[in-house]
Amino acid sequence: MHFGPHLLLATLEGLVTSAVLALTALGLSLVFGVMRVVNVAHGEFFMLGAVLAWAITTAISGHPALGFLAALVIAPLIVGAIALVAERLVLRRLNYNPEATIVATIGMLYIIQQLALTFYGPEARPVEPPFSYRILLPWFGYSGYKLSIIAASALLLIATWLVLTRTKIGLIMRATQYDSETAQAFGIPVGRVYGGVFALGAMLAAIAAVLIVPISQAHYLMGQDPLLLSFIVVIIGGLGSLRGTVVAAVLIGLSDGIISMFFSPTLAKIIATLLVAMVLVFRPQGLFGTAAR
Amino acid sequence: MTDKNGFFDLSKSGFTRRTALKGLAAGAGLAVAPGFVRYAQAQSSAPIKIGFQSHRTGIGAAYGRWYEKTTAAAIKAINAAGGINGRQVEVIIEDDGTDPGRGAEVVGKFATQHKTDIVFGTLFSHVVIGSAPAAGEAKMPYFVVSEGHHVASTKLNRYVFQPGITDVKSQIQSMAPWIAANAGKKVTQIFPDFAFGYDHRDYLPPALKAQGAEVIAQIAIPPTESSFTKYFPQIPAETEVIYHVMVGPAVLTFVKELGEFYGSNRPQLFGFIDSLEAVDINSPGLEFLDGSHFWEGSPRYAQADDTEAQKAYRAAVGIDDNGAAVGDPKDVSTAAHMFGCWETLYVVKKAMEDAGYKGPEDRAKLVEATEALKEFAEGPEHPQGAKTFNGKIHQCFGIQNISKVEGGKLKVVHKTKIEDGLYEAEGDYTTQAL
Repeated sequence: MHFGPHLLLATLEGLVTSAVLALTALGLSLVFGVMRVVNVAHGEFFMLGAVLAWAITTAISGHPALGFLAALVIAPLIVGAIALVAERLVLRRLNYNPEATIVATIGMLYIIQQLALTFYGPEARPVEPPFSYRILLPWFGYSGYKLSIIAASALLLIATWLVLTRTKIGLIMRATQYDSETAQAFGIPVGRVYGGVFALGAMLAAIAAVLIVPISQAHYLMGQDPLLLSFIVVIIGGLGSLRGTVVAAVLIGLSDGIISMFFSPTLAKIIATLLVAMVLVFRPQGLFGTAAR
Repeated sequence: MTDKNGFFDLSKSGFTRRTALKGLAAGAGLAVAPGFVRYAQAQSSAPIKIGFQSHRTGIGAAYGRWYEKTTAAAIKAINAAGGINGRQVEVIIEDDGTDPGRGAEVVGKFATQHKTDIVFGTLFSHVVIGSAPAAGEAKMPYFVVSEGHHVASTKLNRYVFQPGITDVKSQIQSMAPWIAANAGKKVTQIFPDFAFGYDHRDYLPPALKAQGAEVIAQIAIPPTESSFTKYFPQIPAETEVIYHVMVGPAVLTFVKELGEFYGSNRPQLFGFIDSLEAVDINSPGLEFLDGSHFWEGSPRYAQADDTEAQKAYRAAVGIDDNGAAVGDPKDVSTAAHMFGCWETLYVVKKAMEDAGYKGPEDRAKLVEATEALKEFAEGPEHPQGAKTFNGKIHQCFGIQNISKVEGGKLKVVHKTKIEDGLYEAEGDYTTQAL
């Protein structure tokens, strides 16, 4: 294959990775930014989203788009509810202590993973895409659904940005992020905000998973890679910064797509990790983060 | 002897020095006399303990579940027929997490804690390679159903056997003539970037060369990869056959993306069913495989010419004509490999009987008795087919099936002969000390 089409394919692949990564990482970034909780179980919420998508699409017969749309709405809601319960039962009781919550979320990771193994099983199960249109380019074919993921993710990111910057809920969240004690003094129910943000973070991961599951499969171990990549993205972009998260996700996704196609996937991972190290050394707050106070 | 709560106040429960002494005496008597009897009986009637290292979790979990079902069925049949040397067989299962480190720990646990007679094993080659040294160190016979070439390469040790499933090198060698004659001469290989994939990388090119065909590209893919489109541009345009071996949960994506990339204008496909074990061949996205060919150890779908032994084996394990669990058509089995568990356990039975095996002190005798085995006849104990066994390299050789995907089923179109897969031994385990 010639260089041009090859690069085009690499870019498309990279953009799909970026799109999903941006949503997943944004969830992680929000939770850290507002609550200062490092949520190690974030990848498992992603996995839960995919597994639930499989369950919902299997339960609903008819055109695959019906089941998929239902999954896109219901799966994140269920995952959000589970996250809310976890936040109430675990994180709140630890007073959001940074060290304790890391250990607690590691525990949650294993609990969710093993529950999925017990009730869902070890198989990778496919979900039918809502539509299967194959875009025929002169050099290769490409899945139309994959392109729609990029669009859907962009829309969701814009929606999240609007909520954060243009609504009262967003204002409350930003206030809590900026200074939770002062926010509380001004009558903001910080406890409820924390619960909501944790659920929202999990829901973003679940949405990303529902989007990706028709081109990947639901599997009980699928949460590990997104977790690692999300951490990489969040560290590079700056914790709690929406803009940084998106820029870093595109950067990591594209470089992963292009480097792994022209060189090797291992090199892509090496470079991503090196980038994290460089950012931590020279700009610990991340590309767009503000220094912690 | 009292504290505030009376926890240590033995007199409260009427516990006097006299009763204590009586109890002690009785206890000592119990410990000595009947214990002696029990020890005498252990030789004749205590169960033989087989430690089963299973992929209960991790990427091999689907295999683990079906290996357990097959093992349970085989043990049930063996016990119903009187066990081994008149003793019942008991299986103790430990999860290896499909992880080499944990695999080795599990072998150690069987040796020191459960004190099993043998360890019976597992599929993934990296787990077997990781566990083999622990088995050798504990002088614990370790029977694996792994398919890899690592046992036959004689790079492991004298305690590791693979008597129930043919190794990859032999499989490739016996199928290469068919690939060259029926699929195409220019082959691109796609394989996972670890031990099992390397067997394919190393043994396919010479096997095809001998048939006048060639491997024109080799693409290694990391086992954790979840997206594959980015590798497809490396497939040369003149490729006539894509030879694919993918292991892991992402295989559906692989096939789907291959379908999107090529559409209907694709090269021939030849694959190892390993990728699609426990996966319904009629899953959405797999239509692309229609008309392609697969290696199968034992056929997943019931075939028209199935032997009585094959039918009985399928009934005992509980799989229907489509290779799924009876009563749950969605629960597809790992039929191409799991027969190896059944057959290996019958090899263990034969070897233990030949050795007059009594207990762990006879492990060396068991190793020698296994090495002395030469062939296994097709029948209820070996439903997949006849096999020969090379005691020097601890490896069996059997027939292979090449199946075509046709109308949503796998139909066997070619069966290789045992002789097709024989090769020069690369070493000799029997020269190692026991």
